[in-house]
Order: sequence, then C-alpha cells, then structure tokens
Amino acid sequence: MNQGIAALSFLGVTFGIVMSLLIAGRILRVRARVESPLKHRPYECGEEPEGMAWMQFHARYYLVALFFVLFDVEAVFLFPWSTVIRSLGTSTLIEVVAFVLVLMIGWLYGMRKGALKWQ
Amino acid sequence: MSGLVHGAVYGVLILAVVLTTSGLWIWGERKFAARLQTRLGPTIVGPFGLLQAVADVLKLLQKEDIIPAQADRALFNLAPVLAAFCALGVAAVIPFSPDVIASDLDVGVLYILGLGALTTIAIFLGGWASNNKFALLGGMRSVAQAISYEIPLVLAAMVPVILAGSLSVSDIVRWQVGHHMFALWPIVPGLPAFGIFFMAMLAESNRIPFDIPEAESELVGGITTEYTGIKFTLFYMAEYVHTLVGSAVAAALFLGGWDGPFAPGLHWMVAKTLVLFVSVYWIRWSLVRFRSDQLLTMCWRYLVPASVLLVLAAALWVQLFPEFL
Repeated sequence: MNQGIAALSFLGVTFGIVMSLLIAGRILRVRARVESPLKHRPYECGEEPEGMAWMQFHARYYLVALFFVLFDVEAVFLFPWSTVIRSLGTSTLIEVVAFVLVLMIGWLYGMRKGALKWQ
Repeated sequence: MSGLVHGAVYGVLILAVVLTTSGLWIWGERKFAARLQTRLGPTIVGPFGLLQAVADVLKLLQKEDIIPAQADRALFNLAPVLAAFCALGVAAVIPFSPDVIASDLDVGVLYILGLGALTTIAIFLGGWASNNKFALLGGMRSVAQAISYEIPLVLAAMVPVILAGSLSVSDIVRWQVGHHMFALWPIVPGLPAFGIFFMAMLAESNRIPFDIPEAESELVGGITTEYTGIKFTLFYMAEYVHTLVGSAVAAALFLGGWDGPFAPGLHWMVAKTLVLFVSVYWIRWSLVRFRSDQLLTMCWRYLVPASVLLVLAAALWVQLFPEFL
C-alpha cells in the first residue's frame, strides 16, 4: 500500500469535511433583514474606528523571527542525522556537538546583548 | 486495499471520532470547568445538559456571516478553512493501534510538525485579513509565540526519533513497546522531553497559560474578533482539534502509544490521549495567563537550550548503550 497516497486521500477527506461544514453554515445561516453599514465596521469596543489596522510591525517580532529561522534550520539539519545516528558512530556525534555549540555561542551572545529583552 | 481507499475510509472514521470528541467536549469542558469552580454548568438542554453541544453547534451554524467592509475578503475566508484543515490533517499519521492508522508515512514526525506549524499561518492570516487592531495584535502575538515554541517542540520530538532511529510514528511506538518505555524510559532524555513537548504543545494550541493571542481582557476576542458563525466555529474547532490531536501525538511519541496490559491497544491509546487532553483543560481552568514577554523569555532562555541538551543527551545515550536499544 502506498502510504503517501493514503495520506493525500486522508487530506482530501479532511478538506471535504471542512468544506461541507462551510456549506452547512451557508445553508443554515440567517440573513439580516435590514443591512446596516455599522455591522461591517471594524470592532473597536464601540469607539469610532481610528485609521486602518494594517501597520508596521514592532521590531521585537522581527528579532524573534530571526532567532526562529536560525534554530529551525538547525533542526532541519539535525533531523536527517537523528535517524542514522546509530550507524554513523561517535565521530559524527562530536561533529554535531561542535555544530550545535557554534549556534549556542550565538544564542549566548544574543541573550547577553538582551536581544529579546522587553522594554 | 489500495492506499486511496484505505486513506479515505480511515480518514472518515478517524475524523468522525475526532470531531465528535471535540464536539462533545464543548459540553464536557463546560461541565468540567463548572465543577472545578463549584458551579453546576449546563443543566437545561437534555439530561445533564448533554445536548448542550448540539445546541451550541446549531446556534453557531445559524449565525449571520459578517465580513468587515475593509477586510481582505479572500484571506479572511481562507484563514478558518486552513486552520481547521491543518489541525485535522495531522491525525493522518497517528497510530491508534498497530492496524488503526490512516497512513504510516515514513516521515510521519516531519509531517506532524510541518502541518501543525501551518496552523500558525492560518491564525495570522485571520488576524491580518480582519483589518482589526485587536485581531492583528492577537495574530502578531500568536506568531511570535508559536514560532518561539516551535523550536522546543521540534527538538523535543527529535528525542524519541533519535532513540527509535526512525521518523515513522508507528515505528517509534513499536520501539517503545519493544523496550517497555511505558514510564518514559530512558528517564534522562525521555521524561524532560515529554514535559517540554507537552508545554510547547500547549503554547502551539494557544491554551492557558499560553493564551495571550486571545487574552479576552486585553484583546476582546484576539484573532476571532471579527469572525462570526461557521468561520468562528472552524477557528474554535481547530483549537480543540489541535489540542486533541496534539495529545494523541504526545501519547504516541512519549507514552508508548498502544502499549499496555489487559486491554486492546486501541483502548490504551485512546485512554492515554484522553488523559492528556483532559489535563490540558485542567491546566486551562486552574492557571492564570502569563505576560507575553515572560512567555518568550521562558522559551528562549530556558526551553531552547534545555531541548538542545536533551537532543544531545539522547544521541549520547544511543552511542553509550546501544545494546539497551
């Protein structure tokens, strides 16, 4: 049995269920008798909406994203290694420790610099 | 049986069970939370309020569908579908017993992590497309939190992969059955990895104490502020399903999956999943929420180095005691 095709078929069923829920909602939903433009205004706790919400991000999130990319790439490199670790032996383990160590020095530097400190 | 039919049949069965469980848990959680707070919870609709779940779902289906005038309509409609799709799709590779598995992918762990991570994008799409400040703030917090906790999650999931030497979830369970890893053996990388995985899973599914993305006292409804009716339901459902499927993944990767005495494997897997699932809600109704910066600090300062150390410890264990494994 092809497991990849089974997974795709499962995802197809998932998509079908989600779409049928949407369609059920479309059939059953109540329509407004009187349309009001106020209903389609962004909700700001009853205040008049002030400008658009689409604005620039706080730089803090940019730093978190940068850290994430670093460590996620590390994880991507470690995953292939993790399955064949037994056949590769101790020398590879030392190499991986060196690789992780370089990254963790960067992590330590960032933490010392207060890269994620909230102020 | 060909893969196509197998995937579809098991897809319908597994998704029906997952959806029914999370649907009934609308009632279950309200009753559970009420008992924790010495209240009665729902009592009116049906015996013991059991039909409350049905009533809630019907009410949500009937709600008017409002799309804010300034919203990005395409993304606004796409986000809840994507969220529900990703949360449900993860269930494809979870082995409920040696036979009850929709697709035994040989890269199952990567599939879980990849599809699970896409939920973050769906949540941010919803927050962005709403063009609402509360929704956008909720989305930003959610992304910052989810990508931070993604690292400990991925690294903690790597520990059983290293020990079992396979990325297939059922192979990992089979390894645990072979080595009686019922009590998270070996303790050194196993138990803390389970703790970190469980914590990161709570953060990924935005559960208290990690629920700042929808902190209702500051952000109204977070990303779901502008969503109504079935689209709100899909987001809400995605959250419950994410928690349920995440519990199943944790049970399979760390708690021995279908392994256990006296009862069939399927029962053990379901029992382990439900224990984890209920404890998520126990935590939810017991703790308070942390501040955003406290969450990120805890993740980057403690959980990330700890999970890196755990991965190396697991690798060392495999090298030092290959005869144990």
